[in-house]
Amino acid sequence: MADQATFADLAMEFMPALYNAALRMTRNPADAEDLVQETYLKAYRAFGGFQAGTNLKAWLYRILTNTFINSYRAKKRRPEQTEIEDVEDLYLYRRLGGLEAAAAGRSAEEEVLDHITDSAVKEAIESLPEQFRMAVLLADVEGFSYKEIADILDIPIGTVMSRLHRGRRALQKALYEFGVERGLVSRAVEVGDSGE
Amino acid sequence: MVSEHDDIDCSDAVHTLYHFLDGELTPDRLAHIQSHLEACPPCLEKFDFEAELRMVIARKCQEQVPESLRIRITESIRFEARGGTSGPLDFPE
Repeated sequence: MADQATFADLAMEFMPALYNAALRMTRNPADAEDLVQETYLKAYRAFGGFQAGTNLKAWLYRILTNTFINSYRAKKRRPEQTEIEDVEDLYLYRRLGGLEAAAAGRSAEEEVLDHITDSAVKEAIESLPEQFRMAVLLADVEGFSYKEIADILDIPIGTVMSRLHRGRRALQKALYEFGVERGLVSRAVEVGDSGE
Repeated sequence: MVSEHDDIDCSDAVHTLYHFLDGELTPDRLAHIQSHLEACPPCLEKFDFEAELRMVIARKCQEQVPESLRIRITESIRFEARGGTSGPLDFPE
């Protein structure tokens, strides 16, 4: 049993992480704010059932994702997209790795990674179908383990692994396409092809 | 669990790359991969690339919480804690 009086002291520090996830889920700041507020209220009301000493951040994420699935997604009646393009392994590395950069001492891929903007990363994550987006966000941005993600999303660990596997590859392709659009990647490839 | 061999080939190593970065390998398997990476610069380069990409993604996907949201949430929890009554508007007696 956790004491409700301690809730604010313990839970408030996770607000940036929850807000970040809420924005990537709803893709809309007003909805994200409402989602985070609803999550905190539900968590406060349910806090008596939280086992003190267990993972509070994962518990809050579970409430956040359930709230999102049950109210926000349902309200939008957005059909759940489950198909995702098959992308090869090491998609970005195969296109950028091993290229020589113009600047001495730096690899071309480091240069490209450096130039990827915050908004390109956010848009690339948001371009993933929801179930893949959530798995990638929880693992790669928030650093949860497979077991924690399985508990948060209420799916088997094998499903977590396959969603991560496919979601990450699709994310790499989306990032690559942003790089091509912005002229970052073609520049790197030209440098790499200079031996022709 | 993948069967253990003393020597791991490059396709095994690449196959294990994400489990390695995710910290989800058994200590045995982890030791095998680490010794392969020490001996294999091409695999090490792939692992480094993926590790750096992961850091770039995490670093570039962060948000500042609007102060108004922080206040809204703190106030709504205070309100809830008082049993859902709006303190200042209540009659004192």
